[in-house]
Amino acid sequence: MKRGLPILLGVVTVILIVIAWFQSGGVETHELQSASTPDQAVRLMLSQVKAHNFDAAYARLANRDDVDKNAFIREFNGSNGSLLTYASMENFDVWGLKTSEQDATVRAKLHYSTAVGPLDDIRDLKVQHTGDTWKVLWPVSKAPKLPPQVIPVNYLRWDVISRGATDDWGVQNVDSPQVRVVSMNAIQRPDSVVLVGEVVNEDSVPAYVNVGATLLDPSGAELAQESSFDKISHILLPKQVSPYRIDFPNMRMEKIKSVRMDTKALLVPASADPVIEVNQQKLETDPLGKKVLSGQLLNQGGQVVNIPHVIAAFYDSNGKVIWVSDGYMAQALLPQIPLPFAVDLPPDIAKNVQTYRVVVNHYDTNSQS
Amino acid sequence: MNRVSAILIAVVLSVAARAAEIHPPQQVTAGTSITIPSSGSGDATFYLIGPDIASKKKVQAGSDISVDSDSLQLAGRYVAVLCASDGCASSNFFVVPAAANKVSLLVHPSRVPVGSANGISTVAFVFDNFHNFVMKPEQVKFSILPKDAKEVSADRGSQNGVAWVRISSAKKEGPVRIAAAIGNANEVRVVQQVAAEACNLRIKASRVKNAFLIETDPVRDCSGNSVPDGTVVSFTKSDSAGKTTVDVPIKRGVAKVEMPIDGRARITVASGVVTGNELEVAGGQPQ
Repeated sequence: MKRGLPILLGVVTVILIVIAWFQSGGVETHELQSASTPDQAVRLMLSQVKAHNFDAAYARLANRDDVDKNAFIREFNGSNGSLLTYASMENFDVWGLKTSEQDATVRAKLHYSTAVGPLDDIRDLKVQHTGDTWKVLWPVSKAPKLPPQVIPVNYLRWDVISRGATDDWGVQNVDSPQVRVVSMNAIQRPDSVVLVGEVVNEDSVPAYVNVGATLLDPSGAELAQESSFDKISHILLPKQVSPYRIDFPNMRMEKIKSVRMDTKALLVPASADPVIEVNQQKLETDPLGKKVLSGQLLNQGGQVVNIPHVIAAFYDSNGKVIWVSDGYMAQALLPQIPLPFAVDLPPDIAKNVQTYRVVVNHYDTNSQS
Repeated sequence: MNRVSAILIAVVLSVAARAAEIHPPQQVTAGTSITIPSSGSGDATFYLIGPDIASKKKVQAGSDISVDSDSLQLAGRYVAVLCASDGCASSNFFVVPAAANKVSLLVHPSRVPVGSANGISTVAFVFDNFHNFVMKPEQVKFSILPKDAKEVSADRGSQNGVAWVRISSAKKEGPVRIAAAIGNANEVRVVQQVAAEACNLRIKASRVKNAFLIETDPVRDCSGNSVPDGTVVSFTKSDSAGKTTVDVPIKRGVAKVEMPIDGRARITVASGVVTGNELEVAGGQPQ
């Protein structure tokens, strides 16, 4: 009995050490020394990235001479105030696509935790057999660079003079902008009811818009209340149209008798810059087999858009909005340099899509609007 | 509730004894000081209870009690109470608004389409210097100060403190200043007269370098007024590469965008819920 307790404590300590070893990436570290498969090579490199050990991750590349180390780090840490600068890699999945004697292709799905929610980044990585180990052949960045230049921008800006603290009682503010919900469509999804539609700023001044909805049961009682949150372009310039989507989780259409829409608009200072072109829009199937709307964003202005946010409305053959998807871009949108995007949509809805329309929200750290 | 209690106390005190008396004026103009004659003798306490005041001070019964103008700014019923050693006496008097010298001006809407008959509602509320609502009829001068035209003005009498006028918007877009004046007060509001929805929205294409310049004709409403700069015009191009959309704000009356075009392409334009013409571009040339 006297020996029992020390033995028990010893066993528990060993178990805890083993668990800690697993938790701290010990398996991957062990595999580092023996990256005997392509999957192991990628997994190992990514585990070093996850641990912010970029030197070790960079050391595992087969083509270090061609890859700039800072550019490699920026791939994961972000730059120019992009979304990745407010993110950290949570985990990743790796699986092989094809393997031969000397090289292989491995697909990695990186899961980031960001300021606006989870973000997935899928990359197909080439892996090379070098000596007795496998190493990652990192794609050499061929990102175009804009030469130093001046881009004249003279778009409008709206400033608002509101009533001041020293104004006398009864001094009125300028009226709020007139906005209107031009369409609304309720859709039953497996786990929720979704309201989609479009809202237009009918006024001649910019508006900060939010659309809310209240579901009412047959007795007129409120069932649930939600707002479009970030599934809308909040700043609408005069006559600009934005899609919106409001999700009601765990709701069934049969319970709903009617919907009360609530549109709030505030007069805000805003700028007509930057103008963002959305080109090469196509509905296609991505490498994971999902239906996506892909395309390119092109910033026609001269300022960096730190976090571009794409919102796409999908219409059926009658012109009715049948779905709204959105997605944040991990990279910043630099002036004049195209940035690819893709937003997915449910496969059962994709087959009914006749046309689509994309708007781009922009979040800028140096924004004056 | 406090005021009611104070009045009740004052009434009870006055009922308790009636030896000392005070005689305030029946009606006092807001913001003026008064003296209240009293009778009796000896040390006494004077209470003044009004809409926004409850004060107490030591006085000599039989002398004139002065009440300064700061204590009599709000219009309404006041109760003056004098309590001496032989009991309390009270008397009511009314403070009425002073001369109208402030105006609160409500103008709606802040932005109005051109040519709207009686489209601008202008309401003036008349007050004195102490924010008392002036109920007796007063003349309010309403003025319209267009950007490039002469001032137009008209007087309107207030009823129960409110004067109003409805104004039609001009045929031409631009800001208009609307003012209401009374006494030394002159309040101004700015209303933007704006063009209505775009009408007959048309685009044309011309070649620039390796792309096409797609440009609207000057965007106007059906009355010929220019739609305000900053209004968004959406261009959509559909070709073999897919679809391209650009939301471009109008600048100096037109909206334009450069688009690279390969092969055949169809270009459409819209502003808000208004759609314009379609262009077919093929082989690098507009058709």
